[in-house]
Amino acid sequence: MGRYVIRRLLQMIPVFIGTTFIIFTMVHALGDPVAALFGDKAPDPAVAAQIRQQLGLDNPLIVQYGDYMKGIFTGDLGTTFSGQPVTELLKTAYPTTLKLTVVAFTFEVIIGIGLGVLSGMRRGHLADTGVMVMTLIVISIPTFVIGYVLQYLFGVKWGLADATVPEGAPIQSLLLPGFVLASVSLAYVARLTRTTIAENSKADYVRTAVAKGLPRRRVVTHHLLRNSLIPVITFLGTDLGALMGGALVTERIFNIHGVGYYLYQGIVHQSTSTVVGFVTVLVIVFLLANLLVDLLYAVLDPRIRYA
Amino acid sequence: MRGATQAKFAAGAIAIALAATACSTSSNSSSGSGSNANGVVTAWWGDPQNPLIPTDTNEVNGGAVLNMIFEGLQHYNPKTGVAELANAQSITTTDQQHFTITLKPGWKFSDGTPVTASSYVDAWNWGAYLPHAQNNTDPFFTSIQGYDAVHPATGSPTATTMSGLKVVNDTTFTVALTQKFSLWPDTLGYSAFYPLPQSFFKNPTAWEAHPVGNGPYVIKSWTKGTGMSLTPNSTYSGNYKPKNGGINLKVYTDPNAAYADLQAGNLDIDNGLSTTALKTVQSDLNGRYLNEPAGINQTISFPLNQPQWNTAGAKLVREGLSMAIDRPTITKVIFQNTRTPATDWTSPVLGAEGGFSSTLCGDVCTYNPTKAKQLIQQGGGIPGGQLTISYNADGPHKEWVDAVCNSINNALGNTNACVGKPVGTFAQFRNQIQSKQMTSAFRTGWQMDYPLIQDFLQPLFYTNAASNDSHYSNPQFDSLVNQANAASTKATAVSDFQSAEKLLVTDLPSIPLWYQNGTVGWSSNVSNVSLDVFSVPVYTNITVNK
Repeated sequence: MGRYVIRRLLQMIPVFIGTTFIIFTMVHALGDPVAALFGDKAPDPAVAAQIRQQLGLDNPLIVQYGDYMKGIFTGDLGTTFSGQPVTELLKTAYPTTLKLTVVAFTFEVIIGIGLGVLSGMRRGHLADTGVMVMTLIVISIPTFVIGYVLQYLFGVKWGLADATVPEGAPIQSLLLPGFVLASVSLAYVARLTRTTIAENSKADYVRTAVAKGLPRRRVVTHHLLRNSLIPVITFLGTDLGALMGGALVTERIFNIHGVGYYLYQGIVHQSTSTVVGFVTVLVIVFLLANLLVDLLYAVLDPRIRYA
Repeated sequence: MRGATQAKFAAGAIAIALAATACSTSSNSSSGSGSNANGVVTAWWGDPQNPLIPTDTNEVNGGAVLNMIFEGLQHYNPKTGVAELANAQSITTTDQQHFTITLKPGWKFSDGTPVTASSYVDAWNWGAYLPHAQNNTDPFFTSIQGYDAVHPATGSPTATTMSGLKVVNDTTFTVALTQKFSLWPDTLGYSAFYPLPQSFFKNPTAWEAHPVGNGPYVIKSWTKGTGMSLTPNSTYSGNYKPKNGGINLKVYTDPNAAYADLQAGNLDIDNGLSTTALKTVQSDLNGRYLNEPAGINQTISFPLNQPQWNTAGAKLVREGLSMAIDRPTITKVIFQNTRTPATDWTSPVLGAEGGFSSTLCGDVCTYNPTKAKQLIQQGGGIPGGQLTISYNADGPHKEWVDAVCNSINNALGNTNACVGKPVGTFAQFRNQIQSKQMTSAFRTGWQMDYPLIQDFLQPLFYTNAASNDSHYSNPQFDSLVNQANAASTKATAVSDFQSAEKLLVTDLPSIPLWYQNGTVGWSSNVSNVSLDVFSVPVYTNITVNK
């Protein structure tokens, strides 16, 4: 197990270098960030040259990348054009996104798995059909439509919730955006759970468990669910990474100042350091989330051993 | 915006579907008479792109804050746009080139230090100095003597201060310009000319985190990327004392989110209305909405450097093209009336006194398809047989360029007379203009730096001027501009500029299309909302209802 983890951690290094380099190159391909500073006006060539020199933008790309990587290992992710260190932005953005992720993830796990178990156990019944139709609808509507509709109804028309998330992002105002963010994944989780539950409920070990007289609740939680959740956990794990990546769409609709917001802001201002800094952290989050998922397999399924 | 439109539509459809539940809208309009002097106004904001240094801020979000926390030598009247003396007691000159500026005594920055002549001179020198890489120096400081030494086009600066600026005493300084510029004092209301306190020069980074100025408001707290809270400045000595208890600026990235907040009553002032919102704003807000021309105009320019466009016949063709454009219909259908058909090359914000004219362009800017066709034929047809209108595809221009082309095609009865020609990015587009690669028409727009007729003409049409994109050159125009700049009164200067502008009607280096409007919507919580000539809400005047 320990060796496995170390091997996985070592594998992360080339992945990390590769992804940051690709992102770095892509942001540069977007165009001249200095021209963007001048808005609709033609840049003053002398000032533009000065800014390029100060930011090291006149060096070849590979040198710039080298400088950037050097910075990363000393904890310096660069500064934005308005002079804010990117690490400071990360510090303000991540707690908000983390809160939103927790809310959305809770919805996903509780409602998603709950509905999945319900419909999996009652295949062909009304509840099953209902869940299937509902999830199909949710999957087929784009997130931004669900977001705007719920925002309009709950926030503007009925005034039941905050239309947008106020400063500091209190949990109760994150319920609506969290639900919107979770909605599509929730539907997938429900469907995935339903399928595996349906398959496994006919498995031999479930029959045995029932035959030896175990209470139904124990059969479901300890035998059926534990075995059925492996594919669901895989999905949830990658989804956790996606949620942490900041939901660009949801964060814009509800004006949440999280990772997606700063990333978007960075792209609009063509601020290389913001974009690369956030994506770098995201890459790490994704890699760790995947490792966590792989390790969870072993916990859920004793047959899986890592060496 | 297309996504947003769909969302609105879906919202409507679902609302109808749910009508059975019959939930009534709660109205929270409690507009009583009188106002609450301590009431705080919540206003829409975007994250400023650059540090809030006056010489580094050239976009509207940073500019809005600078105008609240600073007061310069002059202040543009929020209604008329006329420059009025603010921190300056007097600005005098005998030759329209050397100016003596005297400050009103007793003015203070909000940290208690006095505003002196050095506060201005040092701030301007600091901003103009090339190694500080400030991006808002041109054209504001370029006319001051010694600018070239601190800000050379290439190479390193040879001086740290501009030789044209001299401090006489604590309240007086003199400015020498490179040439006569009669309206120069009226440029001094612009944010690039604001003074800076001593604390800035000691530690610019610390100042940037907590900017200190001499304006009607002080920054109470600022969470970068989220919002800013401003309260009235007790040491402010100007005429624009706040009529509210403060302003809370709230950063939005999506205009629709701001609009939802406005409707839900969480936002008082929204001057970032999206095109989607503009369609329904009148009824949504019960008329609490303002839509008026801003100091921005849109034109179509022609490459007069190309021989085929620089003939007498081509002049007639340009006149015909101008008459072939149905401005009122395009502004109404494409822009939901957030553009106003143009009647000259300036902007209505200048007012008649400032040089705006509703008749100057006259018939040339009036839709007349019959005359248009006739003029174009008389002029020998469109050079090259087809007109292309270039535009940058990364901006919202395709729709109106196509509409303009349709209008021209309909007038000429030829579906191929005019086509739009997208250019990838704005940078590429500017590049093609500057390197004289344009062979046919292209879109141009101008946002004024200060509300002066000079700013709409000289940078754009004077021979070899910085933004003379059509490469227009007319000695008569140049001499009238020089004459205006040497004029001893403002009225003469304005009328000389207008005489110069009249030459544009016959020469038509560019065709005026329309003026861009500024829009603002507000909640039932506040009153006295208006937009200044830069289309920024006049925050000091807003009152909170009791």
